[in-house]
Amino acid sequence: MPGYAERVKVFGIYIQGGPIGVVVTTGGIRRVIEFRAVTKRFEDGTIAVDELDLAVEAGTITVFVGPSGCGKTTSLRMVNRMIDPTSGTILVDGKDVLTVDPPTLRRGIGYVIQQAGLFPHRTVLDNIATVPLLSGWDRRKARTRAAELLEIVGLDSNFGKRYPAQLSGGQQQRVGVARALAADPPVLLMDEPFSAVDPVVREDLQNELLRLQAELDKTIVFVTHDIDEALKLGERVAVFQTGGHLAQYARPTELLAAPANDFVASFVGRDRGYRTLTFLHADVPVHPVTTAKLGERITVADWTLVVDEQNRPKGWLSGVDGEVEVNERDLISGGSLYDGSSLRGALDAALSSPSALGVVVDDAGAVTGVVRADDVIQALAKARAAGEVPK
Amino acid sequence: MTWIFENWERFWEVTGVHLRLSVVPVLIGFLLAIPFGWWASRSQRARAVLFPFANVLFTIPSIALIVITPVLIGVKILDEINVIVPLTVYTVALMIRSVADALSAVPGNVIAAANAMGFRPLRRFLTVDFPLALPVTIAGLRVATVSNISMVSVGALVGLGGYGQLFTEGYQTDHTEKVLAGLIGTVVLAVLADGLLLLIGRLLTPWARAGR
Repeated sequence: MPGYAERVKVFGIYIQGGPIGVVVTTGGIRRVIEFRAVTKRFEDGTIAVDELDLAVEAGTITVFVGPSGCGKTTSLRMVNRMIDPTSGTILVDGKDVLTVDPPTLRRGIGYVIQQAGLFPHRTVLDNIATVPLLSGWDRRKARTRAAELLEIVGLDSNFGKRYPAQLSGGQQQRVGVARALAADPPVLLMDEPFSAVDPVVREDLQNELLRLQAELDKTIVFVTHDIDEALKLGERVAVFQTGGHLAQYARPTELLAAPANDFVASFVGRDRGYRTLTFLHADVPVHPVTTAKLGERITVADWTLVVDEQNRPKGWLSGVDGEVEVNERDLISGGSLYDGSSLRGALDAALSSPSALGVVVDDAGAVTGVVRADDVIQALAKARAAGEVPK
Repeated sequence: MTWIFENWERFWEVTGVHLRLSVVPVLIGFLLAIPFGWWASRSQRARAVLFPFANVLFTIPSIALIVITPVLIGVKILDEINVIVPLTVYTVALMIRSVADALSAVPGNVIAAANAMGFRPLRRFLTVDFPLALPVTIAGLRVATVSNISMVSVGALVGLGGYGQLFTEGYQTDHTEKVLAGLIGTVVLAVLADGLLLLIGRLLTPWARAGR
């Protein structure tokens, strides 16, 4: 449970370092951002955010999720005063944001915007150095820091001299993240940052963010309309409902197991029982499997898994009488592979496999055995009995 | 052409006058158009007032404006201001729209990002909005410059017109070569000025051609 580990760590920092500024703590949790009865009513009378009470813990990724017009982006933008609330108070590190001059406040809070919003007329390096330069760093120091960040977000140093238009969408968004991190702000606001890139790139960026967060330990507020993204990234997820109401604020497993109302239940989706498996890690028995290599002569009795020289799965062989030579064109393509990640991966491997046997692989991608769907269901039942599945 | 070589000094002198009378209004007009264009890019109401007003200014015939200016501002008839003021008015009328369009075309998420990074308004305008508006602005500036170079000649009516002087003199003395010299001068000047602005634009906005 990453959330639990974070709590302990944050508690440790608090005890050792002592409170910095006015720090509100409850049971060792440091609240970095706090919304107190915050309402935003726009000039045309629409209520974007309605009496929002919410505290964001230090060192966590908190996701604001909901359909369009639910007030999630407005709430985010009130943190750095891109929008000011109609009533209520927002505290960042114990300080009322309305008492801080907006540019000064914003230079201390990282911001990643949709489609990156890079400055097209500045090179990648200069884009990243924006906030340090605004804060009065000298040019050389800002450049050095920018080059460092380029590496941190996984981009080659030769990207530094390019203009944003010469980068792909995913690369641009990495630069967007680097730019937000440049002045090393403790808080990062991310406004639907990955919504404009294709699914494969989006997954890369999400994994990269989780990797970065494990290293940097920032307090991140992430806005998205995509519930999958919210459940994947969020240690805490705030589900917003149309009209600016906070419907539920909970850990992903709690959201899936016990939605607060019908809106949350339908927003989380019909397959929430299946999704719960994403958060469960239990031992599933791994059975041995008959394997064969291409060109080998075998007698096919039942399903045989064909592997390459490195023992990596290539496909299945079945329904052949007598002795045959294993031939590439006879292969039936396999399903997803289970790498020990979560019960969801195990079940999906079994369900998607033509042989109903989910192929288990190690870190190198080599076959170690197979899992059966029944075993996954049993592991789930055991986990439930042990109280590991949230009710 | 022979007239130009035989009267090189005279030709060079009117070229200088022509250049001054057309470039100075472009510079002043452009500077004046920036705040108005900025205002129009931010406010629908400003747009609704400024754009029709600019259009009306532009429809006043240049002859009328140049003849009437000395009366309005009361300076000596031969003062260069009498040509500079009306041409500045045309430049402003033309450039308000260019500057407004150029600033409006700066992507919203780039501006939002700049605000979120903590830019203050003036710095944002000078280092983000304005540089990004340059390609469209320079295109407008090229039109204004070329149109000014052609319009300066009308100033010959009040005795000041660069190459326009050659037109009136040539016409009065039935001296076709002189008229032709003025014409060639005007065209060459316009092409050179346009090319120079194009070059300046390219040097200032290397990013605009950086595509994949």
